[in-house]
Amino acid sequence: MGVKVMIPTPLRQYAEKRESIDLEAKTVAEALSSLTSQFGELKRHLYSDDGRLRSFVNVYVNDEDIRYLQKEKTALQQGDTISIVPSIAGGTE
Amino acid sequence: MIRVGEALIGKMHEHGARDYPNECCGALLGKDEGANRTVLGLVPLVNQRDDSPQNRFSITPEDVLLAEKEARAKGWDLIGWYHSHPDSPARPSEFDREHAWPWYSYIIFQVEKGEAREMRSWRLDDDRAKYEEENIEFISSVPR
Repeated sequence: MGVKVMIPTPLRQYAEKRESIDLEAKTVAEALSSLTSQFGELKRHLYSDDGRLRSFVNVYVNDEDIRYLQKEKTALQQGDTISIVPSIAGGTE
Repeated sequence: MIRVGEALIGKMHEHGARDYPNECCGALLGKDEGANRTVLGLVPLVNQRDDSPQNRFSITPEDVLLAEKEARAKGWDLIGWYHSHPDSPARPSEFDREHAWPWYSYIIFQVEKGEAREMRSWRLDDDRAKYEEENIEFISSVPR
Protein backbone atom coordinates (compact mmCIF):
# COMPACT_ATOMS: atom_id res chain seq x y z
CA MET A 1 0.00 0.00 0.00
CA GLY A 2 1.31 3.45 -0.82
CA VAL A 3 1.19 5.52 2.38
CA LYS A 4 2.60 8.83 3.57
CA VAL A 5 4.50 9.23 6.85
CA MET A 6 4.52 12.74 8.33
CA ILE A 7 7.79 13.57 10.10
CA PRO A 8 7.63 15.91 13.11
CA THR A 9 9.85 19.01 12.99
CA PRO A 10 12.46 17.78 15.54
CA LEU A 11 13.14 14.65 13.49
CA ARG A 12 13.28 16.18 10.00
CA GLN A 13 17.01 16.80 10.37
CA TYR A 14 17.45 13.00 10.25
CA ALA A 15 15.22 12.58 7.16
CA GLU A 16 16.79 14.93 4.64
CA LYS A 17 14.72 17.77 6.16
CA ARG A 18 11.60 16.35 4.56
CA GLU A 19 8.13 16.89 6.03
CA SER A 20 6.82 13.58 4.75
CA ILE A 21 8.03 10.34 3.24
CA ASP A 22 6.05 8.20 0.81
CA LEU A 23 6.56 4.48 1.16
CA GLU A 24 4.96 1.08 0.71
CA ALA A 25 3.69 -0.79 3.78
CA LYS A 26 0.84 -3.07 4.86
CA THR A 27 1.00 -2.23 8.58
CA VAL A 28 2.23 0.56 10.82
CA ALA A 29 5.12 -1.66 11.96
CA GLU A 30 6.19 -2.14 8.34
CA ALA A 31 5.93 1.56 7.63
CA LEU A 32 8.08 2.51 10.63
CA SER A 33 10.56 -0.24 9.84
CA SER A 34 10.86 0.97 6.26
CA LEU A 35 11.24 4.55 7.48
CA THR A 36 14.02 3.71 9.95
CA SER A 37 15.89 1.53 7.47
CA GLN A 38 15.82 4.43 5.01
CA PHE A 39 16.84 6.95 7.67
CA GLY A 40 18.81 5.07 10.31
CA GLU A 41 19.29 7.99 12.69
CA LEU A 42 15.55 8.17 13.32
CA LYS A 43 15.62 4.83 15.10
CA ARG A 44 17.16 5.92 18.39
CA HIS A 45 14.65 8.75 18.71
CA LEU A 46 11.59 6.60 17.97
CA TYR A 47 12.55 3.36 19.75
CA SER A 48 14.05 2.66 23.16
CA ASP A 49 16.90 0.17 23.59
CA ASP A 50 14.42 -2.67 24.15
CA GLY A 51 12.94 -2.08 20.68
CA ARG A 52 9.67 -0.54 21.84
CA LEU A 53 8.27 2.74 20.59
CA ARG A 54 9.23 5.40 23.12
CA SER A 55 6.40 6.44 25.43
CA PHE A 56 6.43 10.02 24.14
CA VAL A 57 6.19 8.96 20.49
CA ASN A 58 2.57 8.95 19.36
CA VAL A 59 1.55 7.43 16.05
CA TYR A 60 -1.71 8.22 14.29
CA VAL A 61 -3.19 6.62 11.19
CA ASN A 62 -5.15 9.42 9.60
CA ASP A 63 -6.62 10.90 12.82
CA GLU A 64 -6.71 7.74 14.94
CA ASP A 65 -4.16 7.02 17.67
CA ILE A 66 -2.82 3.50 17.00
CA ARG A 67 -3.04 2.76 20.75
CA TYR A 68 -6.82 2.59 20.20
CA LEU A 69 -6.48 0.54 17.01
CA GLN A 70 -4.23 -2.52 16.76
CA LYS A 71 -1.12 -0.60 17.82
CA GLU A 72 1.80 -1.32 15.47
CA LYS A 73 -0.12 -4.19 13.89
CA THR A 74 -2.70 -1.69 12.59
CA ALA A 75 -3.37 -2.45 8.92
CA LEU A 76 -2.91 0.32 6.35
CA GLN A 77 -4.98 1.22 3.33
CA GLN A 78 -3.77 2.80 0.12
CA GLY A 79 -3.40 6.55 0.66
CA ASP A 80 -3.33 6.46 4.49
CA THR A 81 -1.38 9.15 6.30
CA ILE A 82 0.69 8.13 9.30
CA SER A 83 1.61 10.98 11.63
CA ILE A 84 4.34 10.82 14.26
CA VAL A 85 3.35 13.33 16.94
CA PRO A 86 5.48 14.18 19.97
CA SER A 87 4.24 14.40 23.49
CA ILE A 88 6.47 16.30 25.89
CA ALA A 89 7.45 15.32 29.40
CA GLY A 90 10.07 16.06 32.01
CA GLY A 91 10.61 17.11 35.57
CA THR A 92 13.05 17.35 38.43
CA GLU A 93 14.90 14.34 39.83
CA MET B 1 21.91 30.85 20.96
CA ILE B 2 18.29 31.61 21.78
CA ARG B 3 17.02 35.17 22.17
CA VAL B 4 14.19 35.86 24.58
CA GLY B 5 12.56 39.21 25.29
CA GLU B 6 12.02 40.51 28.82
CA ALA B 7 8.24 40.56 28.44
CA LEU B 8 8.13 36.85 27.56
CA ILE B 9 10.50 36.00 30.39
CA GLY B 10 8.12 37.87 32.68
CA LYS B 11 5.22 35.78 31.39
CA MET B 12 7.10 32.53 31.96
CA HIS B 13 8.07 33.64 35.46
CA GLU B 14 4.46 34.57 36.26
CA HIS B 15 3.31 31.17 35.03
CA GLY B 16 5.91 29.42 37.17
CA ALA B 17 4.98 31.43 40.27
CA ARG B 18 1.25 30.91 39.69
CA ASP B 19 1.57 27.14 39.38
CA TYR B 20 4.09 26.77 42.25
CA PRO B 21 4.64 24.33 43.95
CA ASN B 22 3.70 22.45 40.78
CA GLU B 23 5.71 22.50 37.59
CA CYS B 24 4.37 24.77 34.88
CA CYS B 25 4.89 24.14 31.16
CA GLY B 26 4.28 25.72 27.80
CA ALA B 27 5.40 26.05 24.19
CA LEU B 28 7.99 28.41 22.71
CA LEU B 29 6.99 29.85 19.34
CA GLY B 30 9.40 31.78 17.19
CA LYS B 31 11.91 31.72 14.39
CA ASP B 32 14.62 29.15 13.86
CA GLU B 33 17.54 30.49 11.84
CA GLY B 34 19.95 27.60 12.18
CA ALA B 35 22.41 28.42 14.93
CA ASN B 36 20.23 31.22 16.31
CA ARG B 37 16.65 31.22 17.43
CA THR B 38 14.31 33.90 18.65
CA VAL B 39 11.30 33.32 20.88
CA LEU B 40 8.43 35.51 19.65
CA GLY B 41 5.50 34.08 21.57
CA LEU B 42 4.42 31.54 24.18
CA VAL B 43 1.57 29.09 24.53
CA PRO B 44 1.10 28.44 28.25
CA LEU B 45 -0.25 24.92 28.71
CA VAL B 46 -1.76 22.87 31.51
CA ASN B 47 0.56 20.35 33.16
CA GLN B 48 -1.31 17.09 32.61
CA ARG B 49 0.53 15.14 35.33
CA ASP B 50 -2.16 14.85 38.00
CA ASP B 51 -0.27 12.21 39.97
CA SER B 52 2.98 14.12 40.65
CA PRO B 53 2.78 17.68 39.27
CA GLN B 54 5.34 18.94 41.79
CA ASN B 55 8.19 17.13 40.08
CA ARG B 56 6.82 16.10 36.68
CA PHE B 57 5.14 17.75 33.73
CA SER B 58 3.42 16.34 30.71
CA ILE B 59 2.10 17.90 27.49
CA THR B 60 -0.31 15.82 25.41
CA PRO B 61 0.10 15.29 21.66
CA GLU B 62 -3.16 17.25 21.22
CA ASP B 63 -1.55 20.26 22.93
CA VAL B 64 1.58 19.81 20.79
CA LEU B 65 -0.61 19.95 17.66
CA LEU B 66 -2.40 23.01 19.07
CA ALA B 67 0.91 24.80 19.64
CA GLU B 68 2.09 23.86 16.12
CA LYS B 69 -1.14 25.23 14.67
CA GLU B 70 -0.77 28.48 16.58
CA ALA B 71 2.83 28.83 15.36
CA ARG B 72 1.82 28.18 11.74
CA ALA B 73 -1.00 30.74 11.94
CA LYS B 74 1.58 33.39 12.87
CA GLY B 75 4.13 32.27 10.29
CA TRP B 76 6.45 31.05 13.06
CA ASP B 77 7.81 27.66 14.16
CA LEU B 78 7.27 25.64 17.30
CA ILE B 79 10.88 25.87 18.49
CA GLY B 80 10.71 24.35 21.94
CA TRP B 81 9.24 24.13 25.40
CA TYR B 82 9.57 25.77 28.78
CA HIS B 83 8.99 24.33 32.21
CA SER B 84 9.72 25.23 35.81
CA HIS B 85 11.68 23.31 38.41
CA PRO B 86 10.08 24.17 41.75
CA ASP B 87 12.78 24.43 44.44
CA SER B 88 15.24 22.71 42.15
CA PRO B 89 18.06 23.97 39.87
CA ALA B 90 17.44 25.05 36.25
CA ARG B 91 19.28 22.13 34.75
CA PRO B 92 17.77 19.07 33.08
CA SER B 93 17.21 15.99 35.17
CA GLU B 94 17.86 12.45 33.96
CA PHE B 95 14.09 12.18 33.55
CA ASP B 96 14.16 15.29 31.34
CA ARG B 97 16.88 13.74 29.17
CA GLU B 98 15.15 10.39 28.80
CA HIS B 99 11.98 12.11 27.58
CA ALA B 100 13.52 14.81 25.41
CA TRP B 101 13.30 15.31 21.69
CA PRO B 102 16.25 16.59 19.68
CA TRP B 103 16.15 19.97 17.94
CA TYR B 104 13.71 21.60 20.39
CA SER B 105 15.00 24.18 22.85
CA TYR B 106 14.12 23.32 26.44
CA ILE B 107 14.01 26.40 28.65
CA ILE B 108 14.06 25.49 32.34
CA PHE B 109 13.81 27.93 35.21
CA GLN B 110 13.96 27.49 38.93
CA VAL B 111 11.08 28.66 41.12
CA GLU B 112 12.38 28.98 44.68
CA LYS B 113 9.68 29.29 47.33
CA GLY B 114 7.28 30.69 44.74
CA GLU B 115 9.74 33.15 43.22
CA ALA B 116 11.20 32.59 39.74
CA ARG B 117 14.98 32.62 39.60
CA GLU B 118 17.68 31.29 37.26
CA MET B 119 16.64 30.50 33.67
CA ARG B 120 18.71 28.32 31.31
CA SER B 121 18.12 26.66 27.94
CA TRP B 122 19.16 23.19 26.80
CA ARG B 123 19.15 21.04 23.67
CA LEU B 124 19.48 17.28 23.44
CA ASP B 125 22.48 15.85 21.58
CA ASP B 126 21.89 13.81 18.42
CA ASP B 127 22.90 10.62 20.23
CA ARG B 128 20.50 11.33 23.14
CA ALA B 129 23.39 10.90 25.60
CA LYS B 130 23.30 14.40 27.06
CA TYR B 131 22.02 17.91 26.86
CA GLU B 132 24.11 20.83 25.63
CA GLU B 133 23.45 24.19 27.20
CA GLU B 134 22.22 26.79 24.73
CA ASN B 135 23.13 30.39 25.55
CA ILE B 136 20.19 32.66 26.23
CA GLU B 137 20.48 36.22 25.02
CA PHE B 138 18.12 38.32 27.10
CA ILE B 139 16.82 41.21 25.04
CA SER B 140 14.69 44.17 26.05
CA SER B 141 12.23 43.87 23.17
CA VAL B 142 11.44 41.21 20.63
CA PRO B 143 12.16 42.07 16.99
CA ARG B 144 9.27 41.61 14.54
